[in-house]
Amino acid sequence: METPVSFDYAPAPESRSLVSIKPKYGHFIGGKFVAGSKHFPTINPATEEVLSQIALAGKADVDAAVKAARKAYTSTWSKMSGKERGKYLFRIARIMQERAREFAVLETLDNGKPIRESRDVDVPLAAAHFFYHAGWADKLEFAGLGTSTKPHGVAGQIIPWNFPLLMLAWKVAPALATGNTVVLKPAESTSLTALLFAEVCQLAELPAGVVNIVTGDGSTGALIVNHPGIDKIAFTGSTEVGKIIARAIAPTHKSVTLELGGKAANIIFEDAAIDEAIEGIVDGIFFNQGHVCCAGSRLILQENIADEVLTKLKKRMAQIRVGDPMDKNTDLGAINSKEQLLKIRELSASGDAEGAQRWSAPCDLPAKGYWFAPTIFTGVTQSHRIVREEIFGPVLSVLTFRTPREAIDKANNTPFGLSAGIWSEKGSRILWASQQLRAGVIWANTFNKFDPTSPFGGYKESGWGREGGRHGLSAYLKGVGHE
Amino acid sequence: MSNRIDVKKTYKLFINGAFPRTESGRTYEIKNAKGGFIANPCLASRKDLKDAVVAARAAQSGWNKASAYNKGQILYRIAEMLEGRRAQFVDEIVGVTGVTKAKADKEVIDSVDRLVWYAGWSDKLSSLSGALNPVAGPYYNFTVPESMGVIAAIAPEMPSLLGLIDSIAPIIVGGNTVVVLASTKAPLSAMSFAEVIATSDVPAGVINILTGKKDEIAPWMASHMDIDGFDISGLGAKSHGAVRIAGAENLKRIYSFKSADPGRILAFLENKTVWHPIGL
Repeated sequence: METPVSFDYAPAPESRSLVSIKPKYGHFIGGKFVAGSKHFPTINPATEEVLSQIALAGKADVDAAVKAARKAYTSTWSKMSGKERGKYLFRIARIMQERAREFAVLETLDNGKPIRESRDVDVPLAAAHFFYHAGWADKLEFAGLGTSTKPHGVAGQIIPWNFPLLMLAWKVAPALATGNTVVLKPAESTSLTALLFAEVCQLAELPAGVVNIVTGDGSTGALIVNHPGIDKIAFTGSTEVGKIIARAIAPTHKSVTLELGGKAANIIFEDAAIDEAIEGIVDGIFFNQGHVCCAGSRLILQENIADEVLTKLKKRMAQIRVGDPMDKNTDLGAINSKEQLLKIRELSASGDAEGAQRWSAPCDLPAKGYWFAPTIFTGVTQSHRIVREEIFGPVLSVLTFRTPREAIDKANNTPFGLSAGIWSEKGSRILWASQQLRAGVIWANTFNKFDPTSPFGGYKESGWGREGGRHGLSAYLKGVGHE
Repeated sequence: MSNRIDVKKTYKLFINGAFPRTESGRTYEIKNAKGGFIANPCLASRKDLKDAVVAARAAQSGWNKASAYNKGQILYRIAEMLEGRRAQFVDEIVGVTGVTKAKADKEVIDSVDRLVWYAGWSDKLSSLSGALNPVAGPYYNFTVPESMGVIAAIAPEMPSLLGLIDSIAPIIVGGNTVVVLASTKAPLSAMSFAEVIATSDVPAGVINILTGKKDEIAPWMASHMDIDGFDISGLGAKSHGAVRIAGAENLKRIYSFKSADPGRILAFLENKTVWHPIGL
């Protein structure tokens, strides 16, 4: 009998010498880096190493940023032709492409996501968003959004930690293309790529004040939301905070777009190509450690194929490589923060407590840093917290169905409506299911795909408005979309 | 001069294709421009609103499923029925508001024409708001507008008929169902319009009309968790903030409009983007 051959991966670490991280950062206001007063540490969640000290913006900093943005809007940006504005955006896109590797390394260090994802998804898509929107700047009257192509003025933008640079691009590119100026706040735990982006703005010679970046926590975000000098708010984050923002701006004339939480159903019909569906399930929930608002966190399996799918899924999950995000072989990186890890643990514990069965892929987790093994829960019901609440981690709940109608009813049984997945080899069934699902993005025989030309955004409590495509432009033009 | 006693109409609510009285038993008085009694319309209650929302929710999937062609024809049918009853609407508007007959006639004519205009939009909405998106990869990717669900609306006080039509037609043309609060001061043409709807092949529950007080009903509409969107065009600006705060609980889409334009239709539509791989 032959000895089984074991093929182990040799480590293939990306070099961190590509980036130089300063010991301390300030804010980027009016085209210049200005010192902050208070600071907090930003860490590498894979090692718990402190990477740098980030400034915590207070009222004076936010005031200065809004003032700089207003001045740039009034004196420069609103007077510039779309053709010229667009050229700045093209420049930014090009510089981001040129420095893609540096951005990817920095993103992975600060966020904990695998270098394979920051290199192949986050950074190229961020550059693509600038390139796409650059072309709109001088063509807004042809976007089919009515006769108004007037910007709001100053946009306050608050972005999450799961795709730091990509979310920055989703916010800044359309705002600038439509002629707004911005005050952007990156998430507390992931400010570094936004601060590198500020350098790109300088290199592109973007007029001072068109982009302002203030770093900080939720208190800084609240200062932006409530600032009287801001005309439009764009927020990506939790539904809970989204509702707070909606209430805060309710009595004002501020316009708003919200990209909020999700609890996406990923439906596997009996006629699906099972092996492809397994890859889709894995991409759906384990991409970016499940830190994805549109993650396919509820697997809805047709009953007669459930055993086969679960057997194959567990086998596939056992092959997911969890560990050093800087290793090019790594599939699942670090959980972004201790706080998030505790949330994932708490919600998973509720799954145990409510009687669901937990199964985690066998894998060695590093001793330092924040980690959670790829996990599924079976034996769940629709009333379980683990099925109803967004977990924002690598944890999948599995439900079953007998008829297509039951699958749709279970999929739609949530206050969220961001995305959904359908796996079937039958065209008419895919189109039927895609019509029935109450969600803004439907992935059929694929999952977690993004593109600047493709509108993204949710139904119901998953938010207001769209980002990407011509639908996304409307969020930054006056009199179009939400008043 | 005839001694005949007029047969006067009892003005009731319009819920799920029927004309119930308010369950609360409450009414208020409508007088003509000279102070004479005209009618006792219903003061709709929170329970009436709930009943109307239940009806609207039940009707929504069927109405949404109707083809755009069919929806357009039904809206056009409403226009046909209204045209045939122009004289009655003119009399009611003159009686309640005291405007000249010519002015009332203009409002009714505009209402008929407005319905025809909205009817024609039903099968053009995806041309207006849809897209085939050229994504950078082997995927077929398209965006289509889709109905949002159950929408509430506060119709403006004046013009009471034309304003009501602007509060109903743009909401239903894309597949939503509606619960609308009619003009408080001039609700009669709204309730007569319900009779037009009842004879226009509009499925029961697609359009539900309440009469009553804005300050009472608007907050109930704003906080109702099974209402997806809210047109507050007929609500005074000073109440908008409170309504928006209450509506944030389920992130209702809340809008106010100043004119009839396609944006009014699109505001209560969601956009759905669908991806599928292309390959052998």
